[in-house]
Amino acid sequence: MTDLTRLTASEIAGLVASGDASAVEVTQAHLDRIAAVDGRINAFLHVDTDGALAAARAVDERRAAGDELGPLAGVPVAVKDVLATRGVPTTVGSKILEGWRPPYDATIVKRLRAAGTVMLGKTNMDEFAMGSSTEYSAYGPTRNPWDTDRIPGGSGGGSAAALAAYEAPLSIGSDTGGSIRQPGAVTGTVGAKPTYGGTSRYGLVAFSSSLDTPGPCARTVLDAALLHEVIGGHDPRDSTSIPAPVPDVVAAAKLGATGDLTGVKLGVVKEFTGEGAEPGVTAAFREAVDTLTKLGAEIVEVSCPHFRYALPAYYLIAPSECSSNLARFDGVRFGLRVGDDGNRSLEEVMSLTREAGFGPEVKRRIMIGTYALSSGYYDAYYGQAQKVRTLITRDFTAAFTQVDALISPTTPFVAFPLGARTSDPYQMYLADLYTIPTNLYGGPGISVPCGLSEGLPVGLQVMAPTMADDRMYRVAAALESAVGTFTPPAL
Amino acid sequence: MTTTLPAYDDVVARYEPVIGLETHVELGTNTKMFCGCPTDFGGEPNTRVCPVCLGLPGSLPVANKAAIEATIRIGLALNCSIAEWCRFARKNYFYPDMPKNFQISQYDEPLCVDGYLDVEVNGETVRIGIERVHLEEDTGKTLHVGGATGRIHGATESLVDYNRAGIPLVEIVTKPIPGTGALAPEVARAYVTELRDVIRSLGVSDVRMEEGSLRCDVNTSLNRPGQEWGTRTETKNVNSLRSVERAVRSEMLRQASVLDAGGRITQETRHFHEDSGDTTPGRSKETATDYRYFPEPDLVPLAPDAAWVAELKAALPELPRLHRRRLQLQWGLSDLDMQSVLNAGAVELIEATVAAGATPAAARKWWLGELSRRANEAGIELADVGATPSQVAELQGLVDAGKLNDKLARVVLEGVVGGEGSPTEIMNNRNLEVVSDTGALTAAVDEAIVANPDVADKVRSGKVAAAGALVGAVMKTTRGQADAKTVRELILERLGVQS
Repeated sequence: MTDLTRLTASEIAGLVASGDASAVEVTQAHLDRIAAVDGRINAFLHVDTDGALAAARAVDERRAAGDELGPLAGVPVAVKDVLATRGVPTTVGSKILEGWRPPYDATIVKRLRAAGTVMLGKTNMDEFAMGSSTEYSAYGPTRNPWDTDRIPGGSGGGSAAALAAYEAPLSIGSDTGGSIRQPGAVTGTVGAKPTYGGTSRYGLVAFSSSLDTPGPCARTVLDAALLHEVIGGHDPRDSTSIPAPVPDVVAAAKLGATGDLTGVKLGVVKEFTGEGAEPGVTAAFREAVDTLTKLGAEIVEVSCPHFRYALPAYYLIAPSECSSNLARFDGVRFGLRVGDDGNRSLEEVMSLTREAGFGPEVKRRIMIGTYALSSGYYDAYYGQAQKVRTLITRDFTAAFTQVDALISPTTPFVAFPLGARTSDPYQMYLADLYTIPTNLYGGPGISVPCGLSEGLPVGLQVMAPTMADDRMYRVAAALESAVGTFTPPAL
Repeated sequence: MTTTLPAYDDVVARYEPVIGLETHVELGTNTKMFCGCPTDFGGEPNTRVCPVCLGLPGSLPVANKAAIEATIRIGLALNCSIAEWCRFARKNYFYPDMPKNFQISQYDEPLCVDGYLDVEVNGETVRIGIERVHLEEDTGKTLHVGGATGRIHGATESLVDYNRAGIPLVEIVTKPIPGTGALAPEVARAYVTELRDVIRSLGVSDVRMEEGSLRCDVNTSLNRPGQEWGTRTETKNVNSLRSVERAVRSEMLRQASVLDAGGRITQETRHFHEDSGDTTPGRSKETATDYRYFPEPDLVPLAPDAAWVAELKAALPELPRLHRRRLQLQWGLSDLDMQSVLNAGAVELIEATVAAGATPAAARKWWLGELSRRANEAGIELADVGATPSQVAELQGLVDAGKLNDKLARVVLEGVVGGEGSPTEIMNNRNLEVVSDTGALTAAVDEAIVANPDVADKVRSGKVAAAGALVGAVMKTTRGQADAKTVRELILERLGVQS
């Protein structure tokens, strides 16, 4: 019998639609897989067994009743614990929200439910999505299925590892500086960051409002596109949501899968090749560029001179917004409350709660952001960073007058050993060096596996103009058709 | 503070006040500023809330277009320029009644700027500069339980009601107002009164200070003539028009006494006390929170379409000052008479009474006379006295038709105020109509002549003035329901005397 956990989402959807497999069977197979391997991976913070089986039964009943099913009906999805799920614990990887069960669903979660997908549970992440290794989760690190002594990337390490470990065929991530793409790269999976405003943030626990972008994660480009189509599109509850239809990403992925990139002009970002990246990463990237050329793409080198300032600008803008966004976690209305013994003042209880509830990386960023927004420092830090953001956007728009899309390695290094970078925040921040510019610009970016370096996956990033998400899917799908997918060793 | 305060006249002889007012107006939109929760006053605590106005993790604001429109209309009515592009900003500080621990407000990019409002004080027009009009969200309310004063000090627990959290709030800030001298307290009151009337005329808020839908902070400073403006204090908890005036006056006296003693004024927030009429210090602004304002990233910038703004401007109603001037002309009142109408708060009542059919003179007579007297005695607003403009007009109609005389009309009005029904109903139920049946009157006259033969003889012999006693007797038997003039004519006729 077929191992249902090894199938792609589109294959599963086909089996469910034809009746060759029931949604309950598919769901149970994944729940069994989670039970078997997640003790070693720790991809899930919460497995919603009852909810998943109930959702699966509902799909089977609808099929039995002859209802038309959506393209992903009956397919299991793992959801990053950054999205509010009604009645299901939502912690954002933090102690401060331990035990909180939201009274509402995020828009994306609503759309997943409406599409008949089956939510398996909530995946592990760096606390408040701040980190690149999932080691900053308050609930222990997630391990990389390729090598369980290594990190799965972050912040969405749980969503990526769940795919690589065959615990779920699809997952949802959120990308503020690379938290979908970098985990995708280091786990050999596909991670897409849509155009900012192309996917709703309503119900996404905010880290940095002007950068946060929820998006799809999958083992194939087509699956990512199918998921993108389900979750994307305008949401009146999010003022920054773009009132336009989702670009036809599924058609683009199918077109790319023909392996023909004739007429497509790609720019290699000059500043992201050479120094900084591990030699194995550079080598795999170079090989992928050759492959793209063979597929018919025209390749040129493009300079984006302000990208080198992206990391420092990001580490002012994101902490500034986070210092304000995280102010609401004070123990008054929800989540953890510490020190409320009837003798302490409200201010003391708030302080003690935040001191106990937030981990060191979150505190570090709140402090940086509070400082950057302070009277007298605002112009020099937050104001200046916003100017850099404008310059980076100009680099992108100038580049897109020359090429259809930009390419680079997704991250400078392959999955590193657990603990290797936790003592030096800057070494950790470098993991997002190549992904951050896209967030500052607001355009879409995707990471697709392009090869291995010393047995570990390397990702290639495709960056496209805003609302041209379809372009990156086409390029990624073409590369995938040539290099294939990558399977980790058995767990 | 038990220091003896200097005399007000001395203070204004030695110091010049500069005042400024920050007014918050809760808009009467159906829904809150950034979510769909209802805004009605008074629900059970925490029943008008949702993830957005509770600031739950993941929730996002969506701006209320009706509130933006109302703010633009206020700005236009205050002669402001409307920004072509502006943004909301976050004002960051921790307080439990603020769900997100930041308030969505506006900072350096307000929706309306640089306007003015003309107010009249003692017949003089004073132009008050308007610095800005911006839009923000209200906070919840904290109730401190267990303490003696309801203040946080000494309380055993604090309860928070978020029903008010997220209600759209418009902040209207004046430019500093120098040069008003001794009139500063009256100018402050006149400004808030006029602002209230303007906003009420726009129909965007019920502007009720007692319910907190109009709230006012008063800035006051004093300086010696020719010197720089002094350090200002900000007085909060000013909850009535009268308090606005008292708060300025009280703060002027207090500051003068500090300055006279060689002290310096601390820049601080002070609380006004309705009962004692004085202010006490609140939090010091010198250690004020750094609000770390920055543009609200969850909202897109506001760029009101110029054509829309022009449309709103064209559709503004007649503003109160022009309206009053037009009424004064229509009613033929002198400035002084109009002032007494204004002071009585009777403009709208008289206007409505005239609209219901009474003459301006009659309407004014009732509202400024009998009804004002009753309102004053009861210590209530004229509008709450218990009679409506249409009832007053109906009453006057009965007088004009000769069915009631003045004395009877006052009796009927008492019934109206007492809730007995309409003037006509009361007149009929209590049988108060003027007796116009001459047969019945003649009988009463004859009866009086028979009962008072001496008086009748005096009249017959030419002492016509003596007829008054007979008129009185007739009025008594008809319980005042006869027309005295008619009675007199009848008596003279029956006694064969030419009137």
